[in-house]
Amino acid sequence: MKIHEYQARELLRSYGIPVPPGRVITSVEDAAQAFKEAIGAAAGAKEVVIKAQVHAGGRGKAGFVKLVKSGEDAMTAARFMLTNRMKSPQTPPEGLEVKKLLVAAAVDIARRSAGGNEEFYLAITTDRKTRRNVLIASREGGVEIEQVAHERPDAIIKEPMHPLLGLQAHQARRIAFALGFTGKLVGQAADIMMKLAKLYVEKDCTLAEINPLVIAAAPAANGQPAGQQVLALDAKFNFDDNGLFRHADIQAMADPTEENPAEQRAQRFGLSYIALDGNIGCLVNGAGLAMATMDVIKLHGGEPANFLDVGGSASEEAVTEAFSIILSDPRVKGVLVNIFGGIMRCDVIAQGIVNAATKHKNPDGSLGFKVPLVVRLEGTNVEAGRALLTEARAKIPTMQPATDLADGAKKVCGAVG
Amino acid sequence: MAILINKDTRVICQGITGSFGAVHTKGCHLYGTKMAGGVTPGKGGQKDDNGLPIFDTVAAAVKATGATATMIFVPPGLAGDAILEAAYANLPVICAITEGVPVQDMIRVRAVLDEINGGPEIPASKRKITLVGPNCPGIITPGPKTGTGASAQDPYTNAGCKIGIMPGYIHTHISQSKRGRAVGIVSRSGTLTYEAVWQTSQLGFGQSTCVGIGGDPVRGLNHIDCLELFAADPDTHGILLIGEIGGSDEIDAARWIADARKSGKLSKPVAAFIAGRTAPPGRRMGHAGAIIGGADDTADAKINALKAAGVSIAMSPADMGRAMADAMGT
Repeated sequence: MKIHEYQARELLRSYGIPVPPGRVITSVEDAAQAFKEAIGAAAGAKEVVIKAQVHAGGRGKAGFVKLVKSGEDAMTAARFMLTNRMKSPQTPPEGLEVKKLLVAAAVDIARRSAGGNEEFYLAITTDRKTRRNVLIASREGGVEIEQVAHERPDAIIKEPMHPLLGLQAHQARRIAFALGFTGKLVGQAADIMMKLAKLYVEKDCTLAEINPLVIAAAPAANGQPAGQQVLALDAKFNFDDNGLFRHADIQAMADPTEENPAEQRAQRFGLSYIALDGNIGCLVNGAGLAMATMDVIKLHGGEPANFLDVGGSASEEAVTEAFSIILSDPRVKGVLVNIFGGIMRCDVIAQGIVNAATKHKNPDGSLGFKVPLVVRLEGTNVEAGRALLTEARAKIPTMQPATDLADGAKKVCGAVG
Repeated sequence: MAILINKDTRVICQGITGSFGAVHTKGCHLYGTKMAGGVTPGKGGQKDDNGLPIFDTVAAAVKATGATATMIFVPPGLAGDAILEAAYANLPVICAITEGVPVQDMIRVRAVLDEINGGPEIPASKRKITLVGPNCPGIITPGPKTGTGASAQDPYTNAGCKIGIMPGYIHTHISQSKRGRAVGIVSRSGTLTYEAVWQTSQLGFGQSTCVGIGGDPVRGLNHIDCLELFAADPDTHGILLIGEIGGSDEIDAARWIADARKSGKLSKPVAAFIAGRTAPPGRRMGHAGAIIGGADDTADAKINALKAAGVSIAMSPADMGRAMADAMGT
C-alpha cells in the first residue's frame, strides 16, 4: 500500500523526525492563508512550494509542483492544479484528478555537505537475500538514486540492521559521519536514522525513504540561538499489505481514488486482478500458475487481457464476480479458465462458472456468455467439477473443455483468432 | 529415503480446529499421513472429527504423541509465534501453510531459527529445524497407492506422507511409475507445482519428494537448500526446479548447481521453468527496492543463468515434465 506525501510527512512527524512546516489544502481559497502560515513558521523562508498529492510520479515536469513567492501566486498555482488533470508517463492517459495540495515552506538550505552536494538520501528496505532490513544512505540525494547506484556504487552506503535489535546507535553515528555531517548535526542525522528504522519495523513498511534530507537554517527557539537543522524535505512509504491488519492508522490513509476500480472490486472478493492489454481473459488459481498461464497464452500467439488469481479459497460468488470483472473489459474476446485444485475445489469453480454463465448480463441485455470459453480443470474434486460442466453444456454453448494446459492455450487462441 | 519426511513421520496440526486446519488434517489423514493430533489453545483434551487428540500446547502434543513434524494453519498474525512454539518444542520439520504472514515477523522468526540451527549459513542437511514456508502448499513424499482414500480405514497409501494442502492423487510413487525413476520437485508456487507433478506423473515418472517452498520474501527453505537435499538423496533421480520473477533465489540456485557439478556434489539432471516471462514490469518496491533487487530478478536473467549452469529449461509451463524427461535422457 502507498500513501500520499502529506501523509508521509505526518508519519515522520509522529516519530519525531522534523519536516518543514506546511499543511494540506483542498480549495483555491485556502492557498493564500496556507502560504502565509508556511512563511511565518519557517525561519527566513521566502518561498513556498505547492505540490499536488497524487501517488503517481512525474509531478514536477507536469507542472504540479510549483514554487511561489506570494499568496496570489499560490492561488494561481492551486487553481491550476485543482482544475486540471495531472498527466505524466506514470498516470493513465486521461490523467488524474487532483483533490489535495500540500503547501509547505521552501527550506533555505543552509550549507553544502563535504561532498559538494546539498541533498542526502536515506532509506530503509528489506533485503530478501540476507533477510535483513537495510539502511541505505548517500550524500547524493535529491536525484535519481538508481542512477547513482549504477554509476558510482561507492556513493551508496548499505548498512544491514540486526533482525532482533534493529539499527544500533553506533551504526547510525558511523553513517552520519560517513555522510559528512559535523558537530551537532551528527547527532540529529543519527537520531533521524534511528527513528526511521523504528518506524519502518513498527509500521510494517517495505520502503521508507527520505529524499532529500537537507541541512536547513533553524530558527531561534526555546532559548536556543538560530543555527542549523537536519530536515526531511520529502518522503515516500510503501507498506507490507500483510501487516496492514495491525495498523488501523495506516489503513485509514489509503486513498481509494488512487486505485484501479476493477482491481478494488476484485480485492473485495479476495481476487487478485491486474488489467493488461490483450484480448484473452484468464481465470486461474494461484499466482504462479496465473503467470504461467499468461506465458503459455503468449507462446501460442495470444495476448492475455488480465492476470487473475482467484486465490486458494474462493467461493462460487467470487468465481462469478471474477467472470463479471473479466467480461466487463470490452476487449476480451475469449476466456481461459485454468484451475489446478488444491485447497480450491474444482466443483466450486465449476458451479461458479455455471452460475456466471446463466447470470451474466451482456451490454445488449441478453443473458449468458457470448465469448468462447475454454475450461481446463484438474486437481481436488475434478470428477465432480467436470460432471457439473458436462451437465450444464446446453446452458453454456460457447464452452469447450481442455485436456491440459497446452490444449487450453491452443483452443482459446484458436477461438479468438 | 526421499527428503525431510517419510512414512514414519508423525505429524501434528497447529490450528487443527480452524476451518482450513480441520479440512486439511482430514485430507492428510485420508492420504495416509501418520497424523498424531493437533493443537488449539483452550481445546486441549478434546478430539477432532477424525478422533485425533487435541492439545493446548505444542510441547504437550509432542510429548504425548512423539510427533516429528507440524503443519501450521493459524491466522497470519499468529503464525510467527506458532513457528517459534514448534521450534522450541524441538519439532524437526515445521511446515507453515498460512498465507499473509507479515515480512517483519518472518525476519525475526527466521533469525531465531538460524540461531537455534547454529547460524544463517548452516546447510539444509545439517539443520536441527527445517522450516518450509510460510505461504506454501507444503511438502509431500508420495507412497504407493494402496487404497481409495475414502476413509481412514482405507487410506490412499500406507507408506507416504503428505503435509499440506496439495491433492495427493496426482503424485506417483516410484514403484508404480512406468519409467521406474523418481524426480524431486521444488517450487515457489503452489498450483504450478501441482501442474509439474501432474506432467511428470503423466510422463511415467514418480516423485521422491515435492516441496512447495512458498513465495514470501523471507521464508524457510530456499531453492538451493532443496537442491542440496535432493542431490544427496539416492531415491531422487532428477530435479525439477520451478521459479518465478522477483528475488534472486533462482540465480543463487544456478550458481549452486554450477559449483556442485564441478565439486561432484551434484550428478543428477536438473530441469527448470521460470514463470512470469510475459508479466508486465512494474509494481516494484520503488528506488531502494530496485537497488537491492538489481537486474537479477527478471525471468530472462534467471533462465539465462540456469541455462549457463547446464539446466534444461522449459520455455512453456506445458513442457515442464518434457524438459525433465529430456534432461534425464528418456
